[in-house]
Amino acid sequence: MLRVDVTKQLGEFSLEAKFESQGRVTGLFGASGAGKTSLINMIAGLLRPDRGIIALDDETLDDTSNGVHVPPHRRRIGYVFQDARLFPHFNVRQNLDYGRRMNRLAEDSAQRARITDLLDIAHLLDRRPGQLSGGERQRVALGRALLSRPRLLLMDEPLGSLDESRKEEILPYLVRLRDEGIPMVYVSHDAAELRQLATQIVMLKRGRVTALGGVKVLT
Amino acid sequence: MFEISPAEWTAILLSLRVAIIATLVATPFGIALAWLLARYNFWGKSVLDALIHLPLVLPPVATGYLLLLSFGRRGLVGAWLADNFGIVFAFRWTGAALACGIMSFPLLVRPIRLSIEAIDRRLEQASSTLGAAPWQVFATVTLPLALPGVLAGMVLGFAKAIGEFGATITFVSNIPGETQTISSAIYSLIQTPDGDAAAGRLVLISIVIAMGALIASEWFARRATKRLHGN
Repeated sequence: MLRVDVTKQLGEFSLEAKFESQGRVTGLFGASGAGKTSLINMIAGLLRPDRGIIALDDETLDDTSNGVHVPPHRRRIGYVFQDARLFPHFNVRQNLDYGRRMNRLAEDSAQRARITDLLDIAHLLDRRPGQLSGGERQRVALGRALLSRPRLLLMDEPLGSLDESRKEEILPYLVRLRDEGIPMVYVSHDAAELRQLATQIVMLKRGRVTALGGVKVLT
Repeated sequence: MFEISPAEWTAILLSLRVAIIATLVATPFGIALAWLLARYNFWGKSVLDALIHLPLVLPPVATGYLLLLSFGRRGLVGAWLADNFGIVFAFRWTGAALACGIMSFPLLVRPIRLSIEAIDRRLEQASSTLGAAPWQVFATVTLPLALPGVLAGMVLGFAKAIGEFGATITFVSNIPGETQTISSAIYSLIQTPDGDAAAGRLVLISIVIAMGALIASEWFARRATKRLHGN
């Protein structure tokens, strides 16, 4: 369970969001500039709220009144960025292995094989990120986040930088991931995408939560 | 003409040793300062920046004299180091290395700083969300991506160190076999009546070393661009 109750002032823009999510896939829906990315950056720990609480399951990640702020690397929250952000100096295999190495987890070749199969990236392992297509890059980024064994997966418009046909290429993988049962927060401004993936919706408008509920709030 | 005498060899090898040690010892400090200047704003930052660049604009003799005052046998730092650690710089090759390290420091720091500034910080964020502690982010993302800049800085610093003259001769004098580098050997030779041929040889050797360093530096810079674009 994810509990968020935060405020943050970013220049002229003020973000004030409060929601609780039980759902397996929480869709964070809103137009660009609604504060979606700032909100998940706070969940990831990359941005500190001015005031408020963020808690995942029974662990408090941020609590400004008690001075609690768990740094990103101790949160075990995976993050798939819109622009993939693969490490250019590592090949695909090293990118995938990065989270495991940083967390000093034992090598689990079965798990890696399962994820590379799931995402169809096994044939790309020796390539450099510069030699991948946009869709491939995004799949590798997904695999990299998954292999760090996160408790929660944040996805910031993972299809946002892709054209229509590429989106169609990735969506089935995302549905598979959802059915794997790892909790996700999925950011999108595309209602159709969220209808396919989300089990719960948080609607954000100009920094405020305007609706909460099942996918039917999208209509 | 191309018979290199033992005395000349001594100067060449000493120059290489001085420049290599100066560069290797200065590099970790250079990386730390470049990172500090590239990433943080703090009180006194412009003063620190100016201080690093000072040897570039100050007359080398002045830098050498300051070194003599502070690191000489009776200098504040020099006396302390000699008493507590037995480290002596005055009139030793180590003093030449210190002078060369300080004189070449601005040239070492600059490419490192630029390459750190060019790194996409979002990659470092990605690294931290994957569980990397700040020092791991630095070791696995920041430093490898800045590496071509670090190498370019080292090469430039080395080239400067091997040609250093003013500060070295002021600080540690011109003692054959101990502090007489290529530059000071050339200086001595052109003041000797029949030293022209030997001076010419050493000048040629300096040109070869300097050219090699500049070409290597260019090559590293090109690799840096390639690496950052992920090919």
